[in-house]
Amino acid sequence: MEVFLQQLINGITLGSIYGLIAIGYTMVFGIIGMVNFAHGDVFMVAAFVALVAFLILTTWLGVSSIAVALFVVLIVAMLFTSLVNWIIERLAYRPLRGSFRLAPLISAIGMSIFLSNFVQVSQGPRNKAIPPMVQGEFVLLTHNDYAVTLSFKQLIIWGVTAVLLVCFWYLVARTRLGRAQRACEQDQRMAALVGVNVDQTISLTFVIAAALAAVAGTMYLMYYGVVSFSDGFVPGVKAFTAAVLGGIGSLPGAVIGGLLIGLIETMWSAYFSIDYKDVAAFSVLAITLIFLPQGLFGRPDVEKV
Amino acid sequence: MSEGAANQRIDTVAALRDAAITTLLAFGLFLPLIGFQTVTNIRNELELDTRWPLLFSIVAVVGVARLAYSFLLAPWLERIKQRPVATTTPAWRTSFGKWFVPFCIGFVIVYPVIIIAATGYGGALKWVDNFGIQILIYVMLGWGLNIVVGLAGLLDLGYVAFYAVGAYAYALLAKEFGFSFWILLPLAGVMSSFWGILLGFPVLRLRGDYLAIVTLAFGEIIRIVLVNWVDVTNGYAGISGIPRPSFFGIPFNANDDGFAATFGLEFSPIYRTIFLYYLILALAFLTAFVTVRLRRLPVGRAWEALREDEIACRSLGINTTHTKLTAFGMGAMFAGFAGSFFAARQGFISPESFTFLESATILAIVVLGGMGSQIGVAIAAIAMIGGTEIMRELEFLKAIFGESFDPTQYRMLLFGFAMVIIMVLRPRGLISHRAPSVFLKEPKPVPVDLVKQGHG
Repeated sequence: MEVFLQQLINGITLGSIYGLIAIGYTMVFGIIGMVNFAHGDVFMVAAFVALVAFLILTTWLGVSSIAVALFVVLIVAMLFTSLVNWIIERLAYRPLRGSFRLAPLISAIGMSIFLSNFVQVSQGPRNKAIPPMVQGEFVLLTHNDYAVTLSFKQLIIWGVTAVLLVCFWYLVARTRLGRAQRACEQDQRMAALVGVNVDQTISLTFVIAAALAAVAGTMYLMYYGVVSFSDGFVPGVKAFTAAVLGGIGSLPGAVIGGLLIGLIETMWSAYFSIDYKDVAAFSVLAITLIFLPQGLFGRPDVEKV
Repeated sequence: MSEGAANQRIDTVAALRDAAITTLLAFGLFLPLIGFQTVTNIRNELELDTRWPLLFSIVAVVGVARLAYSFLLAPWLERIKQRPVATTTPAWRTSFGKWFVPFCIGFVIVYPVIIIAATGYGGALKWVDNFGIQILIYVMLGWGLNIVVGLAGLLDLGYVAFYAVGAYAYALLAKEFGFSFWILLPLAGVMSSFWGILLGFPVLRLRGDYLAIVTLAFGEIIRIVLVNWVDVTNGYAGISGIPRPSFFGIPFNANDDGFAATFGLEFSPIYRTIFLYYLILALAFLTAFVTVRLRRLPVGRAWEALREDEIACRSLGINTTHTKLTAFGMGAMFAGFAGSFFAARQGFISPESFTFLESATILAIVVLGGMGSQIGVAIAAIAMIGGTEIMRELEFLKAIFGESFDPTQYRMLLFGFAMVIIMVLRPRGLISHRAPSVFLKEPKPVPVDLVKQGHG
């Protein structure tokens, strides 16, 4: 029971990170119908930017308050990652709009390889470890020397994710940009006819996706304290799984899918086998796509002739 | 005239502005990861180094490149666009087209002879092995995947799994039971094919991107199993000491009954390499030949019909289940052949050789070559694999960038970059025309623009 509770806490933390990345997949898929394969690597780039920003703040500028440092790091990572994704969209995906359906996917695979190798070449292939940023924890209950704890960093992740999701929900549901996005999702040509700037809306979608991935990357760095150039692929696939599980195109679906994947992964590691934990996520992906392709909250894909 | 000059001047202003914006963006883009470098110091703490000269030179190169694009490349592209398009193919091109393929086949057959004549026995080893065998393995894998992706239109991102099945099938059976290469080659093909059909079953209903992602998941699952099932596969450590193929029973070694002694030659490792070269060449030709013949059979036509339109296919009474499964099985079989060849050639295999990156590489070769075009796939394999191999040889770069410069580091970087660039510039691949397998009176090449892809 205690183990279960602890794994529940860990799973929700991991799931929040996956959920933030998954929103990026689901938004991009919703609006241009493309699996943005490079999104996981954008997340990894964000974690590296956060690392560099954190080191500048703490070792050069001598910022001693972790809260200030973390906040600044978050903003820097969001801004920079947005710029990166905006440029990627302009260079690698926009020219392929209207090309055959697999062209953007292949371009995205190329971009994914490029990004991870760019980081490998520019920052070196070794794992980058930093001392823990946030320490301390609440002990929720103890039983037979097993303490169920909720660490401060987990709490920060929950809090940041919750705040961001509320902002993000407001953006999509209540603002002009959100309306434009939903319009483009339904029919790009019609949206253009009624005066929506489709190109700009798509660009902004990539920017928002990147900003959320940047938050996920910063949280990942804070939580694990280590990052390497190859850390984009597996979280990327898992977040994609989350998006598919929740129903691709559905925003609440992505978050719930992320939480589910996080829970499945931690429970699997705790009760079955930690070696095969990636198999759990990959199997969920395959099973969902085969038996429930519309996901939990998605609309079924109607095939038109 | 004056208006043209005015346009020219405005162009200059616009070009300068574009270049300035590009430079600024490049600066912002490269600042965190090029401008700063995280290094681990002696106390095992992370520290930051700055690389301002590198950052500024890269940003300057980007800015100059943007200027060069506006002033040189863009006007040139404009001129090309305005030039009238030739409606008839010039005579040299048709005769070139006719002779190109036989010439290529002839060239690859005599390639080892040319290399040995040019560099002698010692130097030839590298050229036949790295450039010959290595490229041919990828040509064969490309042709195999071409059946699945190019002909049947099923995007498969887990193709390397079947390559792995072939390699492990050969390695384990050869080590445990001592079967020879020639028995295990077809066996590995059958096993891979079986796995192809097995994994094909669940994904029958999926299409396009979803199919790609599920095949990716299957590929990764197989790799994770290979890593973790230590009792059988020996995990990350891999399997070493895999028996090497013999020349129809005569081993390639320095003994009295070895190949060199039997034929009265001086012992040299080059004989095995040349034998392996012709072996993979024969396997690759087999793949190409089978594909070409299959395209003319009902099953091949059904594959191509499936690629064009699955619904139309079904309403015409084509059994899409059989069609898809045969494509998966056939593609996987050639991957199995290639895998068992790979295991036999290396003598050592580990899960490291079967990562997602391999799948992406093979897929890139098929796509960049122009899906469905055999010769295009071969050219793409030569360009991508040969190109990355050549990176190893570029010693003169060290003279420019300093001794610590290692060109091989940049292989995958350039590889990914090339994938994006080629997709943007030529989304239809290098060879974007295909020969139709059915025609009325005379064959006309079909522009790929008329062909839908990835909907199967």
